[in-house]
Amino acid sequence: MVIRFAGDSGDGMQLVGDRITDVSAVFGNDLATLPDFPAEIRAPAGTIAGVSSFQVHFADFDILTPGDVPNLLVAMNPAALKANLGDVPAGASIIANIDSFEDRNLEKAGYATNPLDDGTLEEFRVYPVPMTSLTLESTKEVGAKPRDAERSKNFFALGLISWMYTRPVDPTLEWIEKRFESKAMVRDANLAAFKAGYHFGETAELFDHPFEINPAQLAPGKYRNITGNLALAYGLIAASQQSKLPIVYASYPITPASDILHELSKHKNFGVRTAQAEDEIGAIGMAVGAAFAGQLGVTATAGPGLDLKSETLGLAVSLELPLVLIDVQRGGPSTGLPTKTEQSDLLLAVYGRHGEAPLPVIAASSSSGCFDAAFEAVRIAVKYRTPVILLSDGYLANSAEPWRLPDADALADISTPFATEPNHDGEYWPYLRDPETLARPWAIPGTPGLMHRIGGLEKADGTGNVDYEPANHDFMVRIRAAKIAGIANDIPPVEVDDVDGGASLLVLGWGSTWGHIKAALRRVRENGKQVAHAHLVHLNPFPANLGEVLGRYEQVLIPEMNLGQLARLVRAEFLVDVESLTQVKGIPFKASEIEAKILEMID
Amino acid sequence: MTPDDTGAATLSRKDFQSDQEVRWCPGCGDYSVLTAVQLLMPELDVKPEELVFVSGIGCSSRFPYYMNTYGLHSIHGRAPAIATGVALARPDLSVWVITGDGDGLSIGGNHLIHSLRRNVNLTILLFNNQIYGLTKGQYSPTSEVGKVTKSSPFGSLDYPFNPISVALGAEATFVARTHDMDRKHMQETFRRAHQHRGSAFVEIYQNCNVFNDGAFEQILAKDKRPEMLIDLRHGEPIRFGPDGNRGVVFNEFGEAQVVDVADVGEDALLVHDESRPDPSLAFALSRLADQPTTPTPVGIFRAVHRPVYEDLAQQQLASAQERSGPGDLKTLIESGSVWEVS
Repeated sequence: MVIRFAGDSGDGMQLVGDRITDVSAVFGNDLATLPDFPAEIRAPAGTIAGVSSFQVHFADFDILTPGDVPNLLVAMNPAALKANLGDVPAGASIIANIDSFEDRNLEKAGYATNPLDDGTLEEFRVYPVPMTSLTLESTKEVGAKPRDAERSKNFFALGLISWMYTRPVDPTLEWIEKRFESKAMVRDANLAAFKAGYHFGETAELFDHPFEINPAQLAPGKYRNITGNLALAYGLIAASQQSKLPIVYASYPITPASDILHELSKHKNFGVRTAQAEDEIGAIGMAVGAAFAGQLGVTATAGPGLDLKSETLGLAVSLELPLVLIDVQRGGPSTGLPTKTEQSDLLLAVYGRHGEAPLPVIAASSSSGCFDAAFEAVRIAVKYRTPVILLSDGYLANSAEPWRLPDADALADISTPFATEPNHDGEYWPYLRDPETLARPWAIPGTPGLMHRIGGLEKADGTGNVDYEPANHDFMVRIRAAKIAGIANDIPPVEVDDVDGGASLLVLGWGSTWGHIKAALRRVRENGKQVAHAHLVHLNPFPANLGEVLGRYEQVLIPEMNLGQLARLVRAEFLVDVESLTQVKGIPFKASEIEAKILEMID
Repeated sequence: MTPDDTGAATLSRKDFQSDQEVRWCPGCGDYSVLTAVQLLMPELDVKPEELVFVSGIGCSSRFPYYMNTYGLHSIHGRAPAIATGVALARPDLSVWVITGDGDGLSIGGNHLIHSLRRNVNLTILLFNNQIYGLTKGQYSPTSEVGKVTKSSPFGSLDYPFNPISVALGAEATFVARTHDMDRKHMQETFRRAHQHRGSAFVEIYQNCNVFNDGAFEQILAKDKRPEMLIDLRHGEPIRFGPDGNRGVVFNEFGEAQVVDVADVGEDALLVHDESRPDPSLAFALSRLADQPTTPTPVGIFRAVHRPVYEDLAQQQLASAQERSGPGDLKTLIESGSVWEVS
């Protein structure tokens, strides 16, 4: 993670940079810093010449390259933005103090129009924050004069960054107390501004996850940076095109899933209809309605939203209609940690409905992989007429990584024909299944002669008429389960990364731990030791070869950001005594933590 | 289906009846609503395949099974949301929501009010029997205070909703009330509701002869109707009573009040105007009767025009395509800054 603070030389950027450096060291991060002062001690305020900056690079792995470009630029004024923008790669984040982006400062920096509004920053994730006014507001009670109080805004910025990157707070509070011991008013203003910045980040749910894993070597091709949420939106649009089904995307705003709604609502020229529903239940209800009407119903949520959608998922299981639910996992239970990442919804996704209500679950393992995961979720949903849960998480949602662009013309055709004719002695039977996929036909309103009624009551196989017969219910429960289980034959086998084929330990992962496991493997292998890795995209059903793969290794380690949910599934399914490595801190694993566990197991 | 003189097919009631046996309790008011709808359908300009009936859970929500149309018997309270999805995806369809006082006003209250305010093109029939029938007789959100039921042996404490007031408060553009004892009135009300583009809300007083028999007896008994039903007619003074001797005026507080016409004179009577953009008149009329024990207005309280949700959504799609052309996936994917690795 590389952060660059930039402002007027009088804005105290060096001090803020120092503090972040210190607390990151306390945190055990590896660090590299790059201060950049203007030549003049006090060049005219607001000008490019007066910009001072400080860059800090922290990460949980060895930093081998100094001089990396910033992932985040904090620009206290227009001049700071202008002087540093050239170094900031597309896809990076920019926090701008919007209070200082007024005419006089824009002019001094040489901007004809406001770069925050005129599209200059389109390629970046921009967080406009009124730092000056919020600082003044927060320091009011301290009694400092506005001119003096304003000088605390660097501490506001520091508080905000501390929140966004989970930096420890206490060392900074102690440091402020000590440093400004003799100036009570300055001390209190700085403390107030720091806390205000921290709380602003929390309240506004601002967050950003650094992209930490640098793929060693990129395969040839065209690339761009992409975040998980953006990739999900693009993946859905691609799948809509390839399934020939217009998207109806209904969701209720919830962190960290809202960006998918924001993105899709921009692309109406792709025929995407978006609806901001009255609540989580209404959102998935709209998606089910759209599916009944013959379109691609999609909804997304996070945290408590998944609980609320459970009932309607059960309905979709019973209706056997295509539906995609994206769950951008965050820390729980309850409201939990809305801006922090976790993988704790796996069991809820697989089992969390009353009755026997199986459905496919897939998980994206990288930000760019979200594109493929969305496409795959739609493929399965449409082909098997089933709701599918796609698991992402807060880390993938917001971290950017290079994405090797797919060939849009080479994407698979995943369309499926609607029923147009009666299928049983001149009648239409909505539950007459395809013998191979066990999927039922999909006849949509507007089709003459195929009118039919379906619902959440148990129905007779074939006719779809309400049926409470014991044998029929037993049959229907089993055939719905068999339909989902059969998908195992229609998904790729799990691949094993076991370079020399001599490893005795298999690390089995799923979801966003992919990058961190890979980094851990690299370290272990660099030390001449062998370890294998397999990563699951399909979590229900599992790939058909998973049992065989597990059987090849003496030991299996499953690192997860939960208390061992995949481990539990694997133990139950394959009777394999897997070792669980768990962590629920709201932040991704450190490669070193996984490395240490691997070494402990193989040594 | 039989060909008429012009060669086009004429539909009859049979074309809208499914092959499923109707399973409501004998004597249930739901039968007469079903008959009214099935008899009305051939008169409407809509084919069976263009109709979608979406229901929630409850006795009345079995309704879609009996209609030979597309139908979705969904989950408790969620029909308005699911129907919104159908309508949003397919503005070409005629989408009906079948709900009840428990389904629509208790567990599903949120979806109901939001579909009304959005003005989704739905025809919403709310069967109000003031009781939970399917769960065998608990008080509902429209039951009167003090109602003794299985779940309220000492009388219910809940103050009831007035469904017409709720719909008006939720910005509904079409609000009406009818009852299960008058097929013709039901059909005229349903016809108008169907013709209305936007959310049309119809409350139907419906007798549950098993768990709440006679709930509307005081106003719907044949001999009571002339003096207890206030038939709202657009553009006419609001009068009722066997000889039209009673009427409705605004009192000094702007509240609707029942009076003897002889006391105030004909000119003082309120003239009903369902098309007033401001819902105050309709709301005042809705407050005339809290419970079906005093003179109660039936008919159309409000029928105004406002842009329809799915039409607006469709317009946004069309103008986006006009502005940017149809979406091109390759252009979208490459919209960021792209670099090449060789």
